[in-house]
Amino acid sequence: MTATLDNRGMRNTGQGRFAFMHRFFLFLAFVFFLQLGNFTQAQVQVALQGSGTSNKFPVVIADFAGPNGKEMADIISADLIRSGQFEVTRTQALTIDSNGTPNWAALSNLGATTVAYGSISGSTANFQLTDTALKAPLEAKNITEPQMRRLAHKVADAIYEKMTGVRGIFATRVAYATGQQLVVADADGENRKIIVNSPSSIISPAWSPDGSKLAYVSFETGKPVVYVQNLSTGSRQVVANFKGNNSAPAWSPDGSQLAVALSMNALSNIYQISATGGSNPRRITDSAEIDTEPFYFPNGSGIIFTSDRGGSAQIYRTGLGGGSASRITFNGSQNVSGKISPDGTKLVYSSLRGGSYSIAQQGLGSGSDKTLTSGPNDLSPSFAPNGMQILYVSSGGLSIVNTDGSFQASIPSVGNVSSAAWGPFTD
Amino acid sequence: MSSRIAKTLAIAAIAASLAACSSTPLDGSAGAGDTSASGAAMDPFNPNSPLAQQRSVYFAFDSYAVEPQYQPLVQMHAQYLAANSQQRVRIEGNTDARGSAEYNLALGQRRSVAVGNQLVQQGVNGSQIEAVSFGKERPKASGNTEAAYAENRRADINYLR
Repeated sequence: MTATLDNRGMRNTGQGRFAFMHRFFLFLAFVFFLQLGNFTQAQVQVALQGSGTSNKFPVVIADFAGPNGKEMADIISADLIRSGQFEVTRTQALTIDSNGTPNWAALSNLGATTVAYGSISGSTANFQLTDTALKAPLEAKNITEPQMRRLAHKVADAIYEKMTGVRGIFATRVAYATGQQLVVADADGENRKIIVNSPSSIISPAWSPDGSKLAYVSFETGKPVVYVQNLSTGSRQVVANFKGNNSAPAWSPDGSQLAVALSMNALSNIYQISATGGSNPRRITDSAEIDTEPFYFPNGSGIIFTSDRGGSAQIYRTGLGGGSASRITFNGSQNVSGKISPDGTKLVYSSLRGGSYSIAQQGLGSGSDKTLTSGPNDLSPSFAPNGMQILYVSSGGLSIVNTDGSFQASIPSVGNVSSAAWGPFTD
Repeated sequence: MSSRIAKTLAIAAIAASLAACSSTPLDGSAGAGDTSASGAAMDPFNPNSPLAQQRSVYFAFDSYAVEPQYQPLVQMHAQYLAANSQQRVRIEGNTDARGSAEYNLALGQRRSVAVGNQLVQQGVNGSQIEAVSFGKERPKASGNTEAAYAENRRADINYLR
């Protein structure tokens, strides 16, 4: 199990220089152990895994020099730990000589060969990621960002990307709806901002692809109406307020259109409207049953949606021109709230099995299907923009789970959360 | 206005007898017979009226079928609305707390539409009716007990002023 995950982790490193060096050192270690004596290959595997904990990347994070240096390192560490892919060791600020060279001998005793350290000056963090065995930097960067927590998230993103080959999501944001509030927070749940305070319910936040706007449903006029709100200006606009219900907004990949569920002509069908509103919604689905919760394929070729046309709520796919829809979920007595991964290869959804709602994931095309969480009330999943984790609502709170099922964590939130959405990369 | 009151009076007696058949008990303090005599009984905006007091249809889990026991209630509203064609209602569907907010919104809509369809079948003009849903967003009963769930699986007929 751990060997399989480790291999997967290594594939994620892609063409990265770190990946190459990691492999190179594994090879050196292998040769070294062989030379020690009668080690079998299996024993070597065990020895290698013992150097960290199982399949995680070991890294030492030192307190940064300068004001808030320890807090900075704490945030970076928490980010890396929350990815589920790192084994973090913390240490005090390093002593650096006048040439900027760290004390390699002291570093090599810290328990991992990869060490991150740095300093803060004003709103700029200077950080280094070094390899103590190589005695050389893997990465050295200046990152400027006025907000301290965000600065730390950006440093964590740089470390994450260098070591895994995958872009980090620590500087992205999440949105969630509680009974009467719409909240935006950093990906770690901190730095919360209340975007909307409503006398009535708000549900179903959806990020525009550029992260500048949120579409959502508010019941403040006495029935569900879809709004789009600009996050920097605070201005908002009614985009769907037709007879009956207006709900379940989803952005087209280019940000110009919204798919919404409207009950203007029937029970609930999926329509496409301009993201700036408009009076002529174009119908995508046409059924006498429930069709709701649309979500676009990342290439814009079509949508998935939830429908009870087969007798129970299940997820279907169809083209934007309408026509026939094909059912794509089969396990579970109810399967709802489907989302497609950013690379278009996976479907995540909330699945009712044995009386309990769990987050389930299916490979599109491969047919593989597994539950990632154990319930009992796990709802509203959405992929991180790098596709590595899923944000979901667990019995009224926020949680994340890795797409390989290897790691789960709760994220701090306020209120009784009903729906949530992980925002896109924004810079 | 006087014609509305006349129509109201005309069906008051029918409604009062229907109300007596309903499984939902009336508020005893008002005295249905007394208020019908006063001429206010079939005014949906009079809180003592059966039209104000009996306006909820309850459903089974994940169901939108209007059970036979609610036929008298639906018929009472249908008769009033057919006789008062300028009067509009908004039927609000609700669900229990289990499952997705959006699917429950659609399920609540199924419930409000089911009640609306019955009103239309009994002579109400469809343009008098707007069927909407609050899904699981406005629970009347809080908590995660079966009793609370049952109370929240409901469609309410609300008269618009």
